[in-house]
Amino acid sequence: MKEIVIISGKGGTGKTSITASFAMLGGKDIVVADCDVDAADMHLLMQPDWEKSEDFYSGVIAEIDQEKCVKCGNCADVCRFSAIPIIDKKYVVNKLNCEGCGYCFHVCPTDAITMKEQNVGKWYISNTKADNVMVHARLGIGAENSGKLVAKVKNEAKRIAKETDKEFIVVDGSPGIGCPVVSSLSGADFVVLVTEPTVSGLHDLKRVYQLVKKFNISAGCIINKSDLNTKVARQIEKFLREENIIHISDLPYDETFTKAMTNGQTIVEYDDANLKNILVNSWEKIK
Amino acid sequence: MKIAIASGKGGTGKTTLAVNLASFLAESRKVVLCDLDVEEPNSGLFIKGKLIHREDKFKMIPEWEKDKCTLCGHCQKVCNFHAVIQLGDQIMVFPELCHSCYACSELCPVDALPMIPQKMGELKQFKKEGLSFVESRLDIGQEQAVPLIAQTREDLDKNFDDDFIKLFDAPPGTSCPVIEATKDADFVILITEPTPFGLHDLTLAVDTMRELEKNFGVIVNRHGIGNNDVLTYCQKKNIPVISKLPNDRRIAELYSRGSLIYQKIPEFKKQLVNIADYLLKLQEEGIR
Repeated sequence: MKEIVIISGKGGTGKTSITASFAMLGGKDIVVADCDVDAADMHLLMQPDWEKSEDFYSGVIAEIDQEKCVKCGNCADVCRFSAIPIIDKKYVVNKLNCEGCGYCFHVCPTDAITMKEQNVGKWYISNTKADNVMVHARLGIGAENSGKLVAKVKNEAKRIAKETDKEFIVVDGSPGIGCPVVSSLSGADFVVLVTEPTVSGLHDLKRVYQLVKKFNISAGCIINKSDLNTKVARQIEKFLREENIIHISDLPYDETFTKAMTNGQTIVEYDDANLKNILVNSWEKIK
Repeated sequence: MKIAIASGKGGTGKTTLAVNLASFLAESRKVVLCDLDVEEPNSGLFIKGKLIHREDKFKMIPEWEKDKCTLCGHCQKVCNFHAVIQLGDQIMVFPELCHSCYACSELCPVDALPMIPQKMGELKQFKKEGLSFVESRLDIGQEQAVPLIAQTREDLDKNFDDDFIKLFDAPPGTSCPVIEATKDADFVILITEPTPFGLHDLTLAVDTMRELEKNFGVIVNRHGIGNNDVLTYCQKKNIPVISKLPNDRRIAELYSRGSLIYQKIPEFKKQLVNIADYLLKLQEEGIR
């Protein structure tokens, strides 16, 4: 079983459209995991049937029982997150600020504080139109612990791949370099970096690749919109050579990406010529 | 006035709008632009100002003092993040899991876990004519963006008074880093593109802003591609559409080189003028 993770550093480089195309091409040989739980979009192209869903609990938040509270203020004094303001002469918890550390709980003399487990989202197992299984999720509003939800989605995908004897797991990662990306990368066998020839694209590629290097995972790169700026495209190619990153393919700047998406289709379904050929070849190289 | 530019979906034009709007407003007002996308800060690629200040940013983590420790295990018990673990006669601290809550340190009966600073990133301040620009970047390997975003906002409050228009370039998504970047903004601009991904992620961002009880409006970027569903959604939900930025390959090309757009594309500038008017009117009305 080979785990392929697609990330980009910068958002909006075409990562999800490309991942969904691989999900189509991989068909029944793969399990798909949408680990961009913060802004999960792959379901818009894969027509999942949402067969199974489960709530995801992670982390805790303080709750103050006003009947027991003697207004000593210990809780607010120790809180480093300004999460216990005084409103109408009562100590209350600001849910968005509370980190769930539980320090207040430990210093309350009257046991007025309890730590409540938080429902931070939902995760799903679906059958898709590509004849494969997709694990995906939805993070609650402003929720923390997206890294943990990412780990959950990935572990479920792994379990299913093992049980059903699948060759590949194809993972759509999230933008950035923080905890959800770290979670997406851990345990991966190969990373596909999707970038674009813009100053931001190159800058973000370099940063996210430093993270990939820490994990010692071999990587390949797809340059999307490659003809937008040939000078920056060449700088990207140079970077790939220096870092021994496989240059998988170039995709031209093409509004077909948007047209396919607006149609609810992956690129390989919508386009039957150039883009499709490039993506088919890319998938052959990656697997 | 503090204005945050956020998006839900990545790559919809947050940075493009932030750097162009900031530069344009700075032609006639006092403006500071602050890049709070600390994981992948890009605004600085477009604002090549003069560096006037640089400092390391730290988060506080506990450090184990073996000689004082009685191995009572209380630290491990109180840490909700598994950042302090007792293994045999050793206490292990995992800084990347630590939220700097101080519980282990201050509840230790023998003061064996003093808090010490650990570098998590750096802040830089630049000046380019009338525009001030502040950027923070997270060190690679640091997983938590929130503490750095919070410190950067605090710095900005300290160093720039209320005469300044403060623009925040927020990170993508809808989870904790976005909340931290937008939570004290007076107004939030949600920028999106008229596609199914753009619409889906906009609805998440709108829910987040409603939860935060924020005033917000929408800007549609790359207007002309995709379909009308974003506009229909905004109309139905009574969300003001502040502007529609044109879909134009020349804009993408200027962006790719790190150039500002409004000086070259009149149609873009026209929209920028409208956006500036909208925001300045909000300021006059004293939106809070």
